[in-house]
Amino acid sequence: MANLVTTEDETMLADAVRGFLDRAAPVSAFRALRDAGKTHDTALWLQMAEMGWAGVLVPEAAGGADMGHAAAGILAREMGKTLVVSPFLSTAVIAATALRQVSDARAMAALAEIAKGQLTYALALDETAKFDPEGTQLTATKVGNGYQLDGRKGFVVDGGSADRLLVLARGDQGLTLFDLPADRDGINRTARNMIDSRDATDIRFDAVQATGDDILGVVDDAMTVLRPALEAGQAALAAEMTGTAIAAFDMTLSYLKDRKQFGALIGSFQALQHRAAHLWSEIEVTSSAIINAGRMLDQDPDNATLAVSLAKARAGQTAKLAVIEGVQMHGGIGMTDAFDIGFYMKRAWVAAEWLGDYSYHAEHVARLRGF
Amino acid sequence: MAFCHAEQVALEGLGMIADQRDPEAFRAALRGWLTENCPAEMRDGARGEDGICWGGKRWAFTSEAQKTWLDRMAAEGLTTPTWPVEVGGAGLDRAREKIFHEEMAALNARSPLQSFGIWMLGPALLKFGSEAQKQTYLPPITRGEIRWCQGYSEPGAGSDLASVQTKCEDMGDHYLVNGQKIWTSYADKADWIFALVRTDRDASKHNGISFLLIDMATEGVTTRPIRLISGASVFCETFFDNVKVPKENVVGEVNRGWDIAKYLLTHEREMISGGAAGLTGGRALGAVLAQATPDGKLTDAVLRAEAMACEIDSLAVGLTLERYKDQAESGRGVGDASAMLKYTGTELNKRRHELLMAVAGSDALDWDGVHQGLPADWLRTKANSIEGGTSEVMLSIISRRVLGLPG
Repeated sequence: MANLVTTEDETMLADAVRGFLDRAAPVSAFRALRDAGKTHDTALWLQMAEMGWAGVLVPEAAGGADMGHAAAGILAREMGKTLVVSPFLSTAVIAATALRQVSDARAMAALAEIAKGQLTYALALDETAKFDPEGTQLTATKVGNGYQLDGRKGFVVDGGSADRLLVLARGDQGLTLFDLPADRDGINRTARNMIDSRDATDIRFDAVQATGDDILGVVDDAMTVLRPALEAGQAALAAEMTGTAIAAFDMTLSYLKDRKQFGALIGSFQALQHRAAHLWSEIEVTSSAIINAGRMLDQDPDNATLAVSLAKARAGQTAKLAVIEGVQMHGGIGMTDAFDIGFYMKRAWVAAEWLGDYSYHAEHVARLRGF
Repeated sequence: MAFCHAEQVALEGLGMIADQRDPEAFRAALRGWLTENCPAEMRDGARGEDGICWGGKRWAFTSEAQKTWLDRMAAEGLTTPTWPVEVGGAGLDRAREKIFHEEMAALNARSPLQSFGIWMLGPALLKFGSEAQKQTYLPPITRGEIRWCQGYSEPGAGSDLASVQTKCEDMGDHYLVNGQKIWTSYADKADWIFALVRTDRDASKHNGISFLLIDMATEGVTTRPIRLISGASVFCETFFDNVKVPKENVVGEVNRGWDIAKYLLTHEREMISGGAAGLTGGRALGAVLAQATPDGKLTDAVLRAEAMACEIDSLAVGLTLERYKDQAESGRGVGDASAMLKYTGTELNKRRHELLMAVAGSDALDWDGVHQGLPADWLRTKANSIEGGTSEVMLSIISRRVLGLPG
């Protein structure tokens, strides 16, 4: 089993990331973006790309930093702490991992553009209200030498601004992953008004024409490329959620040490102390699962499914508990829009749903453990 | 065939053999030795209470294989793999200790010996004991010759352990001990006891306690087993009536015993939570399922959901224990976070046994039913979150010492 203690390099990375984000992307920046009705901050993403974050999983041959999934998890966790809005997960983690599975000249060129912050992706997968890759219905019909795509995708995170889309489609023999420009004829995008004020988009595919060149990997075999990409995304999203949980907890802990009622700090009341201690314990336990998932993806990616599902399942539960307790312990002020804790609750709910909820990942764990 | 002679391990302990024998070479050598030396009867994995070898003067081996296994492992220092070679251990570092546990698990080998001497007294003596105490007491523990019990709690000192009142008077050439301990695990079967006694009644309660080693065969020591809800009587009352104890039996400084107690409580918490995590592998649930359902699959949706949740939490708690062990090994220590390990591990173990009872249904409501020992095991887990500090004490330790919330 991998060593689960954070290394000195990882601690230094986390400190550097935190330092930048506290200046460039504190929660107030997210609030300003929300107030302006925007769901993207292109300038911020270019700055992140300059620091190598967009290329965290891009090979050095394509100009990336190639730092691995544990490092990507650290970046995601720190971003989660201040609710950073960026295409990091969709582009730098999911798309980059998918493209790496192919690594032909076209994929390497795309990876190079990703590393520079010049190309963004979104994963168009969900069709119903629940994550279910195997249940994909969007059709890829063979027409002449090419394909025609018809159907709809929903809850496409970062889908409104992405330059390209990874689209999971069903053909006669199985599932195929297409890599299409988002502005191809027949693709119609409708922004959704999400509770977490981020970009999620519904997309219609009406007689969209594609060729064999638009396929990422091999026809009828999407999962060879997609499974590693999904697992990388799920692990990084779990890390991000844990960052969200940690920050919500820290805010709450500060409040317990500051707010007075009945002539005493409310943090001196045992009823609240024990709930805070329980929450801290849950975060510690989940953090182990996060570190483990990053290590497994780096060291034994073919056998990382259990570790990833464990991390995603635990992270969703823990983030939800952290924000539920956070709002409750803040009392009335926690219900106000002017106070930040509500942002954390809404972000946690969206993140817990994306790329598979607790039930989805619990089912994975159950099957892998034989019951 | 010996795979790690004391001499080689001593070199390893000094790091001089690292170049010659990388961890994987160690693994191969260990695997070969274990395969050759572990008797077939000892390859039935972590079994219940009746599969444990506790050792001690009065120990009756349940089979020849149990004795062979103990003797062979003790000869290699592997009953206490991380203890120094000089006192009967194998001197393994953390990486090799992990490999040791992985290889033992791969062979489904039983632990050759368990005891409070290994878990508790050993770590205390290694840290606080004199050289003479280490040489006297540790080797017999590694060989399973002396069985120890722990004398901490008293009728008036449970969660508030520092209130111990058992009196220890300095009589010049010896100590005289009077008082009562309770919840002394296996006191009726132990050869020696390590106890917290009050040596200064005038000092503040944490500053008048000493850590004393007492031979249970001394005149004036009596024990009385307590029947528990599980039907077992592992816990005892232990009485000290004018018991004479040699003065060299104090560990560390007189009146500084609380330091050792605190250190050991940390160990105990890790141990209890580790034991809890160990019980949470797929096997325990699988075994009950195999009995309870025709195909070993859970079809009841509610039970299945709880089983999945338990499995997820078990895996994550297990990883957390590993992470903190790695951290302790790297010198950063565990400290008050052991309260978190203890709290999460024991609460999970209780929950898991409630699940097992539910899966087994009415078959588990019979002391002598098909799920051998399950009702007793389930009832036993209820003590997990009480012994070694209750869950509520753990949460208070976390909130005060880790989170810095006001007392």
